Amino acid sequence: MTHFPLLTVTLALPLVGALLIALIPKESLGLIRTVALVSTLVTFVVSLFIVFRFDASVAGTQLEDYAPWVPQAGASFRLGVDGISLWLVLLTTFLMPASVLVSHHVGERVKAFHIVLLVLETSLLGVFLSLDLALFYVFWEAMLVPMFFLIGIWGYERRRYAAVKFFLYTLAGSLIMLVGILFLYFTGSHTFDISAIGQMHLARSTQAWLFWAFFASFAIKVPLFPLHTWLPDAHTEAPTAGSVLLAGVLLKMGAYGFLRFSIPLFPDAAHRYAPVLGLLGVIGILYGGAIAVVQKDLKRLVAYSSVSHLGFVVLGIAALTTTATTGSVLQMVNHGLSTGALFLLVGMLYDRAHTRQIADFGGLASVLPVYGGLFLFVCLSSLGLPGLNGFVGEFMILNGTFPVLRILAILGSGGVVLSAIYLLWAYERVFHGPAKMPHPERKSLWKDLSVRELAAVVPLLVMTVVIGVYPRPFLSRIEPSVRQTIHDASVAGATPGSPPGPETTARGKP
Amino acid sequence: MSAPHLVVPGADVRAVLPEAILAAGAMVLLVLGASFRKRRLGFLAVATIVILALSAGGALLGIGHFRSAFDDRIALDGFATFTKVLLCAAAAVAVLAAHSFLKQEEAPQPELFALVLFATAGMMLMASTADLLLLFVALETFSLAFYVLAAFRRNRKDSQEASLKYFLTGSFASAFLLYGVALSYGALGTTRFPGMGAIATSSVPMTGLLPIGLALVLVGLGFKAAAVPFHMWTPDVYDGAPAPLSGFLAAGSKIAAYAAALRLLTHAFPLLQPQWRPAVGAVAVLTMVVGSVVAIAQKNVKRMLAYSAIAHSGFLLIGVAAGTPAGISGSLFYLAAYSFTILGAFAVVYAVGGPGEEHITIDDYRGLGRRRPWLATALSLMLLSLAGIPPTIGFWAKVEVFGAGTGAGLTPLVVVGVLTSAIAAAFYLRLVAVMFLDGDEHWAGAVKERTAPGLGLAVAVSSLAVAAVGVAPGFLIELAKKATFAIR
Repeated sequence: MTHFPLLTVTLALPLVGALLIALIPKESLGLIRTVALVSTLVTFVVSLFIVFRFDASVAGTQLEDYAPWVPQAGASFRLGVDGISLWLVLLTTFLMPASVLVSHHVGERVKAFHIVLLVLETSLLGVFLSLDLALFYVFWEAMLVPMFFLIGIWGYERRRYAAVKFFLYTLAGSLIMLVGILFLYFTGSHTFDISAIGQMHLARSTQAWLFWAFFASFAIKVPLFPLHTWLPDAHTEAPTAGSVLLAGVLLKMGAYGFLRFSIPLFPDAAHRYAPVLGLLGVIGILYGGAIAVVQKDLKRLVAYSSVSHLGFVVLGIAALTTTATTGSVLQMVNHGLSTGALFLLVGMLYDRAHTRQIADFGGLASVLPVYGGLFLFVCLSSLGLPGLNGFVGEFMILNGTFPVLRILAILGSGGVVLSAIYLLWAYERVFHGPAKMPHPERKSLWKDLSVRELAAVVPLLVMTVVIGVYPRPFLSRIEPSVRQTIHDASVAGATPGSPPGPETTARGKP
Repeated sequence: MSAPHLVVPGADVRAVLPEAILAAGAMVLLVLGASFRKRRLGFLAVATIVILALSAGGALLGIGHFRSAFDDRIALDGFATFTKVLLCAAAAVAVLAAHSFLKQEEAPQPELFALVLFATAGMMLMASTADLLLLFVALETFSLAFYVLAAFRRNRKDSQEASLKYFLTGSFASAFLLYGVALSYGALGTTRFPGMGAIATSSVPMTGLLPIGLALVLVGLGFKAAAVPFHMWTPDVYDGAPAPLSGFLAAGSKIAAYAAALRLLTHAFPLLQPQWRPAVGAVAVLTMVVGSVVAIAQKNVKRMLAYSAIAHSGFLLIGVAAGTPAGISGSLFYLAAYSFTILGAFAVVYAVGGPGEEHITIDDYRGLGRRRPWLATALSLMLLSLAGIPPTIGFWAKVEVFGAGTGAGLTPLVVVGVLTSAIAAAFYLRLVAVMFLDGDEHWAGAVKERTAPGLGLAVAVSSLAVAAVGVAPGFLIELAKKATFAIR
């Protein structure tokens, strides 16, 4: 390792912050919060250097860090970024300072809270940076523990149920993937290095069941339609920081997994089952949107809107065209920004009102004008108003899907209408009409957004405009990697392993 | 007529040095313990650990050499060395925790330390034995010690009951084993592993005796390993015995039983694998399912850990069923991982339970994260390791064993393994949730509690092992592999 290990440093910085916080006495709340904020900011700044040093003309992974880790088990510490993971890494480091800023309402076990939050950041970054299946899996599962505590200790009323459900649901999927990972290792190359595994040419039937084994894990995480029931509970009961990271980052892990692992490793199966994936995506778009319309709880509404939005992402991946899939990657970032912002705003409302029921509010636009304005702004971004980020992603997805999965694209575009309905209708009920809120007499409660709250949410809104107006820098870095992935997969998928041959045969680079 | 003279088979004493050190040390401890007028438990505990260290050193002396004694009936090879050092380490952690237990007893009996050493010696012999009769002797040696250890809470009925149950059912198991030895001898005319394997594979007409005999031997071992359907004693004994000794029993008897089973099946009868693999696989499935499912219903933490021990036995059986080098080294790694995890878990259970171990229900753990954050964190670490969540040692253990299973073409077995792991995660997680997510308003115990130093050390050592090896498992995997390839 001759170069500066930028990715390793980015990965380790939150842990360093967590260790520092561990040394602070638990009574000094201010110091704990400051150290947490500073370490997330430093991590973000360092992660910016990844963008600066990222070569947009390279399709493969770059800035790789490598160290032997468990050579006895074929696992290595191999990190790297490409166009698919770059912006997801940035999204993670970008959302973390906001998550710390809105966590002022956390009053108990503050020290533990911030340690858990920073440990979570490291494990999330690890998922996106790992180029070794074993390392990836360690981060993928280790992430469950801090998230479990985050929801379970600092969540709302039904936190315990939501935390346990989240943990067990996702663990079950992960374990099925583990069988697939072990199968890949022990029957094939005896390595967990995904570029080496990508060189294996697996037989058609093997690809099929491995694809579904990985699918089990990724589909739960996305979540795809019949496997989504953990999401509304987890998102609703989590503290604001937890919801932001769940929606902003965690949900991307499933879609990212499809792109990073399922398609390159099992190209034949990916091509064969892509329509199924697309169909599930469309069901998610329509079902999630329809359920969101009838929600009474504002946070639950946002949670179901995530099911709908992630359906778009999966549809774009299933299309396996450069335009649609590039749109999917961008849409992951977009969803992280706008839904992250929505959760931040809903959390700020809850901090004041201690309720999230839409029926408890009315006419807030006159009471909290700045808040109302920002809320509308985020809604517009989320529903895909041209000029804001959501439009770019959804348009690319639908545009790229239409030539290959026509009916699904047509059905999916119905989701755009649904998102306008549930978001604007919720906005209307909460912010228009006669003023109505709990405890209106407590004037101190109903102050507009503080500087701290603005500092948390405004950067996200700025980014939605930047991506909406000038998506070029983002797309130009995403596209080469996506194009390469799809090209490799279609070459490999066109020449599936000959069924009567041995299970695996070596295959040279195309 | 010349007087018959005794033929003493050639014995390389160095081959039994570890066991000899333990046995001699145990005798000395018995005398010392009886002659001290005041209770000098601390001194005795340290002495026990020193003896264990000497014994482990004795085992390590043989690294790189193959030593055998008594006509090749005892082998000190790499496999045995790994197992013996592991047993010494497990016993040392158990002694740390047991010291705290003895200190809290009204009339402590220092014989506990000697019994731990005797049990360890017997279990060590299990790892070395290459003869069915010797296997029986070794099994009885450590079992007898455990029968007494289980009853060590003399003024408690459930401890006595546990001991008696264990003794009665254990006697049955020993009888099965002995009968199996007799049948195998009848079939092959020898009880030595190398000879047995050679005859069984040189296509001497396979009478029905050998399979039955081998099966009965496995029943005896399965009983010690708490494999279903020979597991009935486990919850009662783990519950009744003092927690530190339950941990030792869980770790030790698994190590011993699996070491013997691995040597017997994969070394003596590798060519009979088509015969024994389906049987081992079926028991594995049964063990994983029963252990994981029944554990969910448990309200008593010790009983929950007992059923979890049963489930873990099932996971280990996947490695045995694989029977490949990866399966053997995976099983060895699993044994090490499980031992430290369960010893740590039972040490915490004892610390939480208090002197009389009154607080052992799940309700007693409510809010432990507030009351005693370090203990709760340590126990959570152990539970996550038992559930196989990375980065803990238990994760790598599962990877090793499940990987060996997939590599040996036992993917269906591994699928059952991961599904039962997911079920098992539910009850481990419930305990974590109870400790950290609930308040401690209902706590009826002492307000200010302290963890005894020995107990604290035991928890710290096992936590360190679980976490450190979890992050960097390479060297232990390497050792397990070396041990596997050094099996003679």
